[in-house]
Amino acid sequence: MTVAAWLPVATLLSSLTPGLLIFALPAGAHRTRIAFNLIGAALKLVLVALLLWGVWLGERYEARLTLVPELDLVLRVDPLAMLFVTLSAGLWFVTTIYAISYLAGTEHQNRFFGFFAICVAATTGIALAGNAITFLIFYELLTLSTWPLVVHRGDAGSLAAGRHYLAYTLAGSAPLLLGVVWMQSLTGPVEFAEGPQLGAHLDTDRGLLILIFWLLIAGLGVKAALVPLHGWLPTAMVAPAPVSALLHAVAVVKAGAFGIVRVVHDVYGTTLVRELGVGLPLALLAAATILYGSVLALRQTDLKRRLAFSTVSQVSYITLGVALAGPIATIGGLVHLIHQGLMKITMFFCAGAFAETVHAHRIDQLDGIGRRMPWTTLAFSVAALGMIGVPPVAGFISKWYLGTGALEAGQPWVIFVLGASSLLNAAYFLPVLYRAWFRPPAGCWHEDAHRAGSRFETSAGLFLPPVVTAAAALAAGLFAGFAASPLGWATLIAALGHGR
Amino acid sequence: MAAELLDRSVAWSVLTIVPPLVLAALALPLGRRAVPWLPLAGAAGLVAAALALALQVRAHGPLRLELGGWEAPLGIALQADGFGALMVLTTAVVGAAVMVHALVEFRHPTGGESRAGLAFWPLALFLLAALNAVFLGADLFNLYVALEVMGLAAVALVTIEGGAAALVAGMRYLLVALAGSLAYLLGVALIYAQYGVLDLESLAERIAAGAAPDSTMAALVLMTVGLLAKTALFPLHVWLPPAHANAPAPASALLSALVVKASFCLVVRLWFDVFAPVATAAAAQLLGLLGAAAILWGSVLALRQDRLKLMVAYSSVAQIGYLFLLFPLAGGAASLPWAAAAWSGGIFHAVSHAVAKASMFLAAGTIIHALGHDRITGISGAAHRLPITVLAIGLAGLTLIGLPPSGGFVAKWLLLNAALAAGQWWWALVMLAGGLLAAGYVFSALSQTLAAAPDGFAIRPVPLRMELAPLALALLSALLGIVAYEPLALLAIGRPAVAVEGLP
Repeated sequence: MTVAAWLPVATLLSSLTPGLLIFALPAGAHRTRIAFNLIGAALKLVLVALLLWGVWLGERYEARLTLVPELDLVLRVDPLAMLFVTLSAGLWFVTTIYAISYLAGTEHQNRFFGFFAICVAATTGIALAGNAITFLIFYELLTLSTWPLVVHRGDAGSLAAGRHYLAYTLAGSAPLLLGVVWMQSLTGPVEFAEGPQLGAHLDTDRGLLILIFWLLIAGLGVKAALVPLHGWLPTAMVAPAPVSALLHAVAVVKAGAFGIVRVVHDVYGTTLVRELGVGLPLALLAAATILYGSVLALRQTDLKRRLAFSTVSQVSYITLGVALAGPIATIGGLVHLIHQGLMKITMFFCAGAFAETVHAHRIDQLDGIGRRMPWTTLAFSVAALGMIGVPPVAGFISKWYLGTGALEAGQPWVIFVLGASSLLNAAYFLPVLYRAWFRPPAGCWHEDAHRAGSRFETSAGLFLPPVVTAAAALAAGLFAGFAASPLGWATLIAALGHGR
Repeated sequence: MAAELLDRSVAWSVLTIVPPLVLAALALPLGRRAVPWLPLAGAAGLVAAALALALQVRAHGPLRLELGGWEAPLGIALQADGFGALMVLTTAVVGAAVMVHALVEFRHPTGGESRAGLAFWPLALFLLAALNAVFLGADLFNLYVALEVMGLAAVALVTIEGGAAALVAGMRYLLVALAGSLAYLLGVALIYAQYGVLDLESLAERIAAGAAPDSTMAALVLMTVGLLAKTALFPLHVWLPPAHANAPAPASALLSALVVKASFCLVVRLWFDVFAPVATAAAAQLLGLLGAAAILWGSVLALRQDRLKLMVAYSSVAQIGYLFLLFPLAGGAASLPWAAAAWSGGIFHAVSHAVAKASMFLAAGTIIHALGHDRITGISGAAHRLPITVLAIGLAGLTLIGLPPSGGFVAKWLLLNAALAAGQWWWALVMLAGGLLAAGYVFSALSQTLAAAPDGFAIRPVPLRMELAPLALALLSALLGIVAYEPLALLAIGRPAVAVEGLP
């Protein structure tokens, strides 16, 4: 293999190796474990920066390993892959710092951080997958490595959530596997780099192509939390906050949404999606999910549950943009992959910080929290306003492109969905902000002894990550005009995908 | 040195059979003095010989050996193609891990060797030799002898620790094994009366040469049914779960991983190598149908078990079902696209399952050793105290479910591709349903181990070797999903022509 082929492999190994090494550590080796974690996460950032630079210059890196004839494991770096890899690498770094602080002093940390790193390795594999089977392999690895994290606490609630999670995700893996194998029986191995190949079968196997499309969407829709496949996401809330961040922003739901992007763009191609008439039903499904998730979010009293339903709603923006299959809507969908990640991880970091610092879990316990933890509350507020779509935070950019993209694609009804969703977002986030900033403290907090004595309002490890990600969400909106911004990158991808 | 190893003049195939027989005979008089060097030497020797045989076959293609210079039909002949060599290698590796585990398992609490242990070593070595003789045998009668030795050793292994449940299970197993052998022997007699030869190669030539009379068909049916009973294919599986669950864990591992595979492999040999002109596509569909029923029924029953070893045993009933999907997808009369892949996939599943299932039974044995029981509801907290063992169960579980990275996934991938390419999508649905059910029972056990330990949770300390043996096998079963290329290339050597026709 050439040096160029080693780069994607090294990116994958930069999180896989620390994961495996951590399992072998003795239980008390906290410093070594933290060192492995941070070195891996930092190394990954460096590798991703190198890759970004290369891809920007037009390089494409590929590494290939033949497992079985007709079954190649392919890691390939293209602009769409880099969009996801950069998100996961960046958020892994901050989440690691957060998790180290969050879990300090608890048991079974080797198990936690081992699987945590493997999870990120799986996400990297999903992003860099160069063909359908590689994608599938890492997609399953992601399911397997997140399960121990969901059940980490080992209490009845966690175990039940874990059962739920597996029931949904493994039931989703069956149609996905079936769809991938069926495609392969039509066209041979499905390589993303070759562009859509299925069009040749349009005349002979139209019905089968439609069936395979929905099999793939059913498999991916579970992780992307499309209604009615979303049920696992709110139950998985019992997991520790860094795990929620992983599920909602870095890895799991994104893997599903990213898969849908690959299917629509690189497997079927937007032309074929339009020909088959499957784009509009998918867009309608996404729109229904957006509204349904928002309505349910309104009814939650637990902060993390409200955020979970908000994720159900927000992730479907990505699917919506991609399903509309127009160039501008695609940009909106792709850029939301990054924007939603930055905003949602901020909110989960904050929710975890509130819970850990003063044991505030329910929304009515957040009265006056802005006085006790002003910076954390500020970070939360920036993210919440972004979710609603207030400029200049990142969420506004996503909604703008989705809206104009929908008009361009001749689907004006989407504007109403976006409008209604924004109103609902405001209805479930603004009361939280009002309580946090303008109500007097209700006196129901218990200060956590472990978090006292920090120079910040909570432990440094819980304090800095949300501030950093909120700043990033703000910056992504403010500097969206730059070519190196998420929007610039998404535009590049859409341009390549549509041959402009 | 390497060239010499690969030289045709060294008969590695014999060295996988005779030395274990000699050691088994030595183990009887030596008793306690034989432990631990004799089992370890046997295991190491087997692995070395099996590896050399595999390399030899890889270098020279299928090998045939007439023992003592006597030509067929008089002498004993051995044949080694890629299929046989891979099964022998699997036997050696699984056997070695089982020996390491058993050294601890059968150590008497007061030091020294328990009585069951003294019986275990000779029986296990006899069993391994007989298994290799089945995989490498080249004529129907010698295969019968090997099957018989294997069956008797297997029954004895079920009962070595005594106990009413084990004795009853062993007795049932004995009856099934004997009935199976009898049916097989009747088939052999019919063949001998018809053709006057028992050598597989000559027999295949004669069957292919002329129109086969009805008695050939009857012989094939008798032999197949006998072997299916020994393989425990649904609906002849009822004897398996009690026998495998009540045997001591190292014995269960050998039985579930290898013994049922031996009779399966013989069915494959008979159908594809020898009787291909007689076997019909409809019969192949029937075998596939029984396999599908086994997958679903075995998995559902596995889900309902409350003891770990019973669950693992029922899982074997289900996994055996996958093996038989090979028949409709790779063979019969029709030539199908991906037929060769289906044949290799079926065999590869046998290998992956052997490694994974041995790992699971050994891990269950470790848990029984530590906790004194294997009730699934009572293993809460095992993940915290026996993390290596639980990891082994999880990794081996990947193969049972068919999730990547694992040998089971590669096998399932090949079979799924074959099913969809052949337009027989219903097999694909059964495989996927089987995978989901397997996920149900594997994860319900795993999830229980992760639960918080009850108060007063006490375990007996477990030597590290006892945890590492199942982990090594589990890692191997996962690794088979990544390095599948070499074993599949070995399998392709001397692959039956029936399975190659219609290759994409």
